[in-house]
Amino acid sequence: MSSVIECDKLCFRYPNTAKTAPPALEQVKLTVERGELLAIIGHTGSGKSTLVQQLNALLKPTQGTVFVDGKNIWENKKTVREARFLVGLCFQYPEYQLFEETVEKDIAFGPKNMGLEADEIKRRVCRAAELVGLDKLLLKKSPFDLSGGEKRRAAIAGVMAMEPQVIVFDEPTAGLDPRGKEHILQMLLRCRAETKRTILLISHNMEDVARLADRVLVMHQGKAAMHGTVEQIFARAEELTEMGLTVPCVTRIFLALRRMGLAVPPGIFTLEQGLRELLRLAAESGCAL
Amino acid sequence: MIKEITIGQYYAGSSPLHRMDARMKLLLTLAFMVVIFLCKNFFSLGLLAACAAVLALLSRVPGGMLLRSFRPILMLVVFTSVLNLLYTNGADTHPLLELPVWRWTLVITREGLFIAVFTTVRILCLILVSSLLTYTTTPSMLTTGLERLLSPLARLRVPVSVFAMMMTLALRFVPTLIEETDRIMSAQKSRGSNLETGSLLKRIKAFVPVLVPLFVSAFRRAAELAYAMESRCYTGSGTRTSLKQLRLRLPDYLAAFCLLLVMAGVVALNRFFTAVI
Ligand SMILES: Nc1ncnc2c1ncn2[C@@H]1O[C@H](COP(=O)(O)OP(=O)(O)OP(=O)(O)O)[C@@H](O)[C@H]1O
Ligand SMILES: [Mg+2]
Repeated sequence: MSSVIECDKLCFRYPNTAKTAPPALEQVKLTVERGELLAIIGHTGSGKSTLVQQLNALLKPTQGTVFVDGKNIWENKKTVREARFLVGLCFQYPEYQLFEETVEKDIAFGPKNMGLEADEIKRRVCRAAELVGLDKLLLKKSPFDLSGGEKRRAAIAGVMAMEPQVIVFDEPTAGLDPRGKEHILQMLLRCRAETKRTILLISHNMEDVARLADRVLVMHQGKAAMHGTVEQIFARAEELTEMGLTVPCVTRIFLALRRMGLAVPPGIFTLEQGLRELLRLAAESGCAL
Repeated sequence: MIKEITIGQYYAGSSPLHRMDARMKLLLTLAFMVVIFLCKNFFSLGLLAACAAVLALLSRVPGGMLLRSFRPILMLVVFTSVLNLLYTNGADTHPLLELPVWRWTLVITREGLFIAVFTTVRILCLILVSSLLTYTTTPSMLTTGLERLLSPLARLRVPVSVFAMMMTLALRFVPTLIEETDRIMSAQKSRGSNLETGSLLKRIKAFVPVLVPLFVSAFRRAAELAYAMESRCYTGSGTRTSLKQLRLRLPDYLAAFCLLLVMAGVVALNRFFTAVI
């Protein structure tokens, strides 16, 4: 099975920026495997949002091209349009894209643009609303009457209803309360488990990345600085710190424990792993916890 | 595509023109434009064109940027000069050129040529001085200057300061709205809305998903801004002082004096030489 998204030596410069400034993207190489959850991390302004906008042909690369499903998306007008439906893009603060009279109509906007039958549209709207956990009663309401968290979910449902092969979430939890955040992340996991979609997740929260992702891409000053599994990436804590990033809190604690001379393994990234390791340590040293 | 629109084109610098008082700049620009229309022959117009060129040099705005400000009216200039060139009936009996075109003859006379050149130079001078004003004055300084100039109207109960505040706010939010439009357009394009192709009606319809969120957020922003201003006790009435004080200095008076001299020169040249128009 081939990779679902592939690009190599991708360069991009915003047309309105000075020629002397470094480009927004420089020689980015990226492969996304089918069905994986790839997290993209990076300091603010490192080009994460710019990169994902290349993937569904919103921005045209100044050099290099993007292959989705093995096809060059910039081949002609038709492939550009297809790319928009193959790769769904859920922007940072997606709630400003809501515009229809009812939530239901708004979720149906994408599928309608795809030219689907009315029955199919209805099925997809129901399915997407269920996936993001939107109440049936809310579907008939105006999107502007929803709460912030509900708006976010309605907007995400609008992208999911297009049932793209790859869904990109650009900081889907920004500006939500802890429970709202957890809701969105659980929804992401459910969507992944039930539909086997490929997911790209841009996040500033390393704990979430460690918990959810299979692989991680680290962006730094427009370049793809690192690309690998969660273990590989978080093992390079110093380099990440230099880029203004960090590793999960648990990892930092265990690194400190190691420096203190305790025999703990280096690759601890999630709370569960950490707890298990602490219990093991306690059992070994003979004190009850 | 939308990013190419520039409003409030200011070129940051510290030239003598940049340092002048905004009120004086506004008044002198206006006066200069009036004088441009007073010119009757090539000598007086030449004097003004030379002055405009000197001002452009003084401003230290790059030539490319100045040329760019001519671009929007290029079509207008070409159009008017062609019309002037072809439609002026000369008094002299020898036309400069007679071009047979199919069943007609294009006649170009000396007068036609003169008037075409004259109006072109005139329009270019107008554009040059007005864009020099916007290149060397920040939008906020412009509105402050305008407010001060119009402040006598406040006696007649014209709410000058409120208008000035509205103008400042509008200018402030233009870039924000452009950015917002860009973001919304990207989001809707990702949902497959087709904004680039199709018939005119189709395209107008395709913009509804962009305009609705844009208006919603603009209204929200306006309300938030109003709360923020009111919570800082802004009422619109009462005398307000300005953070940036406008002060007339020696160079401002000198500039006014220079313009008076130029004006006198134009009147004199108009007197001594025969008029073109
Ligand atoms: N529309 C634009 N025009 C010009 N430059 C832009 C534009 N959008 C982004 N940039 C620039 O491109 C670079 C990358 O921006 P990008 O939005 O991709 O960063 P990001 O990694 O998504 O940051 P964040 O984490 O804050 O969302 C930044 O230096 C930014 O200033
Ligand atoms: Mg971003």
